[in-house]
Amino acid sequence: MNDSRLVTRREMIVGGAAALGSLLLTGCSDELPPTYGHLLRMGDALTFAAHRTLLSGRALAREYTRRDITSFPATGTTDPGDTPDPKAGEAYRAWQAAAFANWRLAIEGLVAHPGTYSLADLKRFPARTQITRHQCEEGWSAIGEWTGVPLRTVLEAAGLLPHGLDMVDVLHPQTILAYGMNGRDLPIAHGAPLRLRVETQLGYKSMKYVQRIVVKDRFDDGGKDGNIQNGWSWYAGI
Amino acid sequence: MPEASPAPLPEGHRPWVRVTHWVAAAAFITLVFSGFVILMSHPRLYWGETGNDLTPAWLELPISRNYQHGGWTKPTSFFATPGSPVSASRTYDIFNQNGWGRSLHFLAAWFLVVPGAAYLLAGWVSGHFRRNLAPASSELRPRPLWQEVRDHLAGRIRTPSGGPQYGLLQKLSYCAVVFVALPVVVITGLAMSPAVNAQFPFLTGVFGGMQSARSVHFLAFAALVLFLGVHVAMVVRSGFRRQMRAMTWGK
Repeated sequence: MNDSRLVTRREMIVGGAAALGSLLLTGCSDELPPTYGHLLRMGDALTFAAHRTLLSGRALAREYTRRDITSFPATGTTDPGDTPDPKAGEAYRAWQAAAFANWRLAIEGLVAHPGTYSLADLKRFPARTQITRHQCEEGWSAIGEWTGVPLRTVLEAAGLLPHGLDMVDVLHPQTILAYGMNGRDLPIAHGAPLRLRVETQLGYKSMKYVQRIVVKDRFDDGGKDGNIQNGWSWYAGI
Repeated sequence: MPEASPAPLPEGHRPWVRVTHWVAAAAFITLVFSGFVILMSHPRLYWGETGNDLTPAWLELPISRNYQHGGWTKPTSFFATPGSPVSASRTYDIFNQNGWGRSLHFLAAWFLVVPGAAYLLAGWVSGHFRRNLAPASSELRPRPLWQEVRDHLAGRIRTPSGGPQYGLLQKLSYCAVVFVALPVVVITGLAMSPAVNAQFPFLTGVFGGMQSARSVHFLAFAALVLFLGVHVAMVVRSGFRRQMRAMTWGK
């Protein structure tokens, strides 16, 4: 009884959408996102709880055929190498110059084997290709084909510690770390070399330019600079 | 000879009708406001599953600086085939207040959906819908219908009873709002949620795609705002103080 409730309430937390993003995954047990005593955040928490109670969390988002692929705007950061302060984009430009051969993804936190993975390492895992609809909070939508490795596969290889094993959206089969789009390498504007795809939430949770994944046992809202404290709903399944 | 008893006073609005009316009214105003703010960040509407700044829209609304903004890089094709879908990058800072706009919209939606469901249940169980909202078959004939339309156009408005003794057009418009427009606006709202959509794909399917559901959501909103305007005008015209008293204190 208690166990099943823990299963439904545990979830993934993605915080921060900075140009070079860190992905924060939290296996909170029995916890709702923080509300800071804010009425709007309480509404978000209510919607989140209703979704986790009424929806299975395992349903797959609709997948389409290649004929359904549409034009796809790139918004938010579209080139992390092009920054007002040239220094800030330096690391990215160096990776870009080497076609991301020298780029590595860090996996840290509550995993048995923290470490880093090159793009070639990630491509050695069994790949998943999915043609899905990206739905932006602004109101537009687009269909694209994404190729990558399920986040679950990578986290299990890194030895995700058991407390996190039932994080609903992290372990969703369509939640992938994508390195390919529409049959080619992921374009810079769409998040090269690696972006997240979370098909059961809005587009802003599918973070581009993922560089570091941190598994935590506490909710991390990204602090004062994070999107959540800046007024955006942490849960974007609606 | 027994004295003739005075005619019974007409029934007033039930307490649950009055409470749900005002909660839903407050929620509706909040939904209209926040919904408009959300629409401002992407004031384009489409039919089908998808639609974005790189594809044609059936309606573009000049309601924010995002309207027909040309701030995009030159499009590049995804495939070598002619007519290939394209990618382009946004180069401007868009108007977007969806952080609070969306959260306020969904918070207000709870205050429409929960009292709305209670209202539908109570209206059905108590017989309120059958007794007061459903037009009698004798009313649904061309002649009385035409008479009602002519009376309204001529500004002949009957004195309100202070309760649910509605005229024919009033019944028809309340039925359209309660049983059609509000359910449609709630269902199309749910159809736009990616998590709900993954679980219940038919919700967008029945409207012909997620962007179609968004367009229908907008059209239902427009119809409801039109209703609100006429509703308030009729309350004013038919005796504002009496009508407000009937919907607040009951008599």
